Amino acid sequence: MTDGHPRYGALAISLHWLVFALVVAAWALGLYMVDLPLSPQKLKYFSWHKWIGATIFLVAGFRAAWRLAHPAPPPPVTMPHWQHGVAGASHLLLYVLILVIPVTGWLYSSATGVPTVYLGWVQLPDLVGKDKVLAEFLKELHVSFNWMLFILVCMHATQALKHHFFDRDDVLMRMAPFLAKRSGRR
Amino acid sequence: MIQAAAWAILGLLAWLPAHGAQQVDHGRSQITVVSRQMNVPVEAKFARFNAQLAFDPSRPEAGKASIEVDLASFDIGNDEVNDEARGRNWFDAKNFPRATFVSSSVRPLGGGRYEVRGPLTIKGKTHDVTAPFSVKTDTAGHSVFEGTFNIRRLQYNIGEGVWKHTDTVADEVVIRFRLYTGANRP
Repeated sequence: MTDGHPRYGALAISLHWLVFALVVAAWALGLYMVDLPLSPQKLKYFSWHKWIGATIFLVAGFRAAWRLAHPAPPPPVTMPHWQHGVAGASHLLLYVLILVIPVTGWLYSSATGVPTVYLGWVQLPDLVGKDKVLAEFLKELHVSFNWMLFILVCMHATQALKHHFFDRDDVLMRMAPFLAKRSGRR
Repeated sequence: MIQAAAWAILGLLAWLPAHGAQQVDHGRSQITVVSRQMNVPVEAKFARFNAQLAFDPSRPEAGKASIEVDLASFDIGNDEVNDEARGRNWFDAKNFPRATFVSSSVRPLGGGRYEVRGPLTIKGKTHDVTAPFSVKTDTAGHSVFEGTFNIRRLQYNIGEGVWKHTDTVADEVVIRFRLYTGANRP
């Protein structure tokens, strides 16, 4: 099936791109909503942003469990050994961030005195009480972690493209086989 | 000696009306509101209010309450929201600085619980409200009146303009009170 080109399973690929789409949506909404003047629309966007964040946490949690049970395909033989370590570490950090960032958002929300009600339906418990100083700290944490994630995602994408266009190996294709079909590269 | 007598008379004067209508202890008393936006309960409090209570559990029907709330003292823990709440669309605290409640009747519900009824005026609109409450005596011998009731904000034109739709901010608002009688602490 993989005709010598090992790739991730269909579910792993779907989860990867689903999390990516959700993260981009949460970023776009988050950056847009924070500077809006107070309005019903702004309150809606905040709720939606939190719903997306909670969804990312759930999907990413499932994805991490799936990955542990289904190891990644082996890296190409042409890839230097030291790069395995760097790639593994950055992938681990990506997982950590997509799991931790929603939690910091949830805590930040609690600290401002606004609970999170997932999909307007399930109220999450407030793990911290209303506290202005703590809220300010958690906000900074939430934002900083997001910039860290943004930088990592950019590096991640740059590396994937580098593997594809310069190293001409299968690293990108094993996570984006749909691109191969479209470009007719295989 | 004269001073002691003067204090005794002052003390007596303070004590006498206390058995008519008692000023509540503002240090401990609380009036809070819980509104729901996108089904998210958010609590706010009124920092300043005046309340006079007269209540004798052996004659609950003779009980009386008169409460005046300074609407500009609304505090939800966020300056932008506080400003909006005091503004024209919400309380319009400049033109309608106070919300008032005057009891018209009190009746026992049994088991240490009672019900007070009377007109509540906010923003120039008056509607009868009914609030169940309990009365307890704390260790210092002061009475604690505690109760919860709901109002519909739109009946009082609270939240006009873009806020009128209830799909973001619900019509129903919960008002909680915990009033302690006894001298105000310095």
